[in-house]
Amino acid sequence: MLLEIKNLYANVEGKEILRGINLTVNKGEIHAIMGPNGSGKSTLANVLAGHSSFEVTKGEVFYNGKNLLELSPEDRAREGIFLAFQYPVELPGVSNTNLLKTAVNEIRKYRGEEQMDAVDFLQMIKQKMKLVELDDSLLRRSVNEGFSGGEKKRNEIFQMAVLEPTLAILDETDSGLDIDALRVVANGVTKLKSAENATIVVTHYQRLLNYIVPDFVHVLSKGRIVKSGGKELAVELEEKGYDWIKEKVVA
Amino acid sequence: MSSTEVKKIEELANQEYKYGFVTDIESFTLPVGLNEDIIRQLSAIKKEPEFMLEWRLKAYRHWLTMEEPHWSNVKYPAVNYQNLSYYSAPKKKPALNSLNEVDPELRATFEKLGISLEEQMRLSGVAVDAVFDSVSVATTFKEKLGELGIIFSSFSEAVRNHPELVKKYLGSVVPSTDNFYAALNSAVFSDGSFVYIPKGVRCPMELSTYFRINAANTGQFERTLIIADEGGYVSYLEGCTAPMRDENQLHAAVVELVALDNAQIKYSTVQNWYAGDKEGKGGIYNFVTKRGACRGVNSKISWTQVETGSAITWKYPSCILQGDNSIGEFYSVALTNNRQQADTGTKMIHLGKNTKSTIISKGISAGKSQNSYRGLVKIARKAENARNFSQCDSLLIGDKCGAHTFPYLEISNPSAQVEHEATTSKIGEDQLFYLNQRGISTEDAIGLVVNGYCKEVFKELPMEFAVEAQKLLSVSLEGSVG
Ligand SMILES: Nc1ncnc2c1ncn2[C@@H]1O[C@H](COP(=O)(O)OP(=O)(O)OP(=O)(O)O)[C@@H](O)[C@H]1O
Ligand SMILES: [Mg+2]
Repeated sequence: MLLEIKNLYANVEGKEILRGINLTVNKGEIHAIMGPNGSGKSTLANVLAGHSSFEVTKGEVFYNGKNLLELSPEDRAREGIFLAFQYPVELPGVSNTNLLKTAVNEIRKYRGEEQMDAVDFLQMIKQKMKLVELDDSLLRRSVNEGFSGGEKKRNEIFQMAVLEPTLAILDETDSGLDIDALRVVANGVTKLKSAENATIVVTHYQRLLNYIVPDFVHVLSKGRIVKSGGKELAVELEEKGYDWIKEKVVA
Repeated sequence: MSSTEVKKIEELANQEYKYGFVTDIESFTLPVGLNEDIIRQLSAIKKEPEFMLEWRLKAYRHWLTMEEPHWSNVKYPAVNYQNLSYYSAPKKKPALNSLNEVDPELRATFEKLGISLEEQMRLSGVAVDAVFDSVSVATTFKEKLGELGIIFSSFSEAVRNHPELVKKYLGSVVPSTDNFYAALNSAVFSDGSFVYIPKGVRCPMELSTYFRINAANTGQFERTLIIADEGGYVSYLEGCTAPMRDENQLHAAVVELVALDNAQIKYSTVQNWYAGDKEGKGGIYNFVTKRGACRGVNSKISWTQVETGSAITWKYPSCILQGDNSIGEFYSVALTNNRQQADTGTKMIHLGKNTKSTIISKGISAGKSQNSYRGLVKIARKAENARNFSQCDSLLIGDKCGAHTFPYLEISNPSAQVEHEATTSKIGEDQLFYLNQRGISTEDAIGLVVNGYCKEVFKELPMEFAVEAQKLLSVSLEGSVG
């Protein structure tokens, strides 16, 4: 078991957003999380990554047998959790290369591994760039500054490729991507998949799930998972919308 | 003056007889207090020619008529100028035998800054004879410069060996009557650097006080004069990233630069004077007058500074753009943390035609510090086609600090083109979380963001200095969050 979320409740600014989430993710699996706007998908992603604006009021989360909620955000990252942000922030003056080099070496240090030298690092970067067909110039530019919406998303997946996480959480990485970019990003994710890692994909569109085929689909509504199923569930949602599920819950 | 004060001074004046001053110059310290007699003694100890003494006395007499300025945005308890000693011969520090004897906290800082072992030894006064002979390095260096006709010496030496140059240029940019601190400095300056670049000579290496013999203990009133003759070029580095402590609280240096026709001077400073403890106790007051005159046509002066130290900084490196087509530049990073106060900026005075100036100022405030940018752009009536671009950015870390911008514009020629941009930003929690999420600690994350923010200034610094300056910022910001 890689991730186990038990009865998780979380608040933001005193408002209860997550209201009893239960979810188990094993290595080698891909989980899709869908659900209406404001249902708490990004909140769940942020809580897992350790954002301090969100207060966990109840429940437990275990990751690789460790109590995840006790770890600092950077230690969670070093333990292999990666969040591709729905809205990646801009970092003026900080080049992508510089950020990634610092990140790679911090993660290595945490794991007791040797620092990567500049030559190896550049080689690795080149190779990962090919994977997501990222333009050279984006490497030298400041992180996300002046990037188009699609470039930002692609850059998140590029960073993920470099950091090789054990648990990747992609928060609406498909939004804002054109058809070609969507294919590139999805292929990247698929190529990075192995029996040793797992992915949680937050999305509104079945479209992405044609490329990244999920083992499980969960529907989040008002802070709870109200329905889980296989990949067919996504197709059903695309046809019928969310109302039939919401109605069922009320009933 | 109250009668008790008079009495005190008399007492002090009497002390000098008790201890005498002709005996042992090596360990000699002038009694506290300031009067013409003290200045005469000072000048005599330094074996100065008559003109120098006259110059000092004139400055002193003017200083007596001046009042300490209180217009800057900093607060500090009054300094008692009669309670200072104005000359102290270089003390021989007790030499340590190895780095193991150095204060571990200081060593940890050295390590973080990436300062080499040799440099660590030099800075902390470890006997270095076998390991690193700085004197011989400096000697080789001096020979090389000598071949090119470059003069690079302590100010005292220059007064004795090149009085004609000193006489011609000293006070020609910062007159001894310029301001309270400059007048005081002119009266009592202890030592400093002197550089002369002859016509058409390009100085092949960065000059730094590090290579100047007798650079130690230039005291609290440092005086620097740099002259680049026609077509000359020099890059001068002042200071170092290692934390500098000093028993003297008040520092009032004067730096004068003169660039003649087609000459260029690049002056880079990294200032890391002791800033005091978390409450600001014991930190240095740094009141500096730095000014450059682009006296010749097509001349250029660039000031680049990284200011992280001092309890109080009061400093405005300026350019007087006299020669036609001359260029002035000011690139500054001023970081304040804890209780530090900085009031810094520049003045660009456009007098000649087609003169250009650029101001890039990056202020960073953390803790409970106050950071002010104060800048003047003045375009004189005859300065046809003058141009200025100013960019003043402030970055706040936390919500207990302050950033202030005071831009002044005086434009007397309608052809002037002046552009001013200013921004204030905060390091966003979202930025830090983003970096945390990539496995980077908050402290390192702040370092990345701050260094990114200062990039435009760092790229003006000589390569090695830039690397050290980046580390210095990160170290200076330690403990500024959380
Ligand atoms: N920092 C915050 N401050 C106040 N409210 C917040 C904050 N973050 C999230 N919320 C609120 O929490 C609720 C859930 O938001 P969340 O971003 O998790 O939704 P989502 O499912 O990701 O929606 P979307 O599909 O639109 O991305 C929303 O009502 C949102 O307004
Ligand atoms: Mg969302």
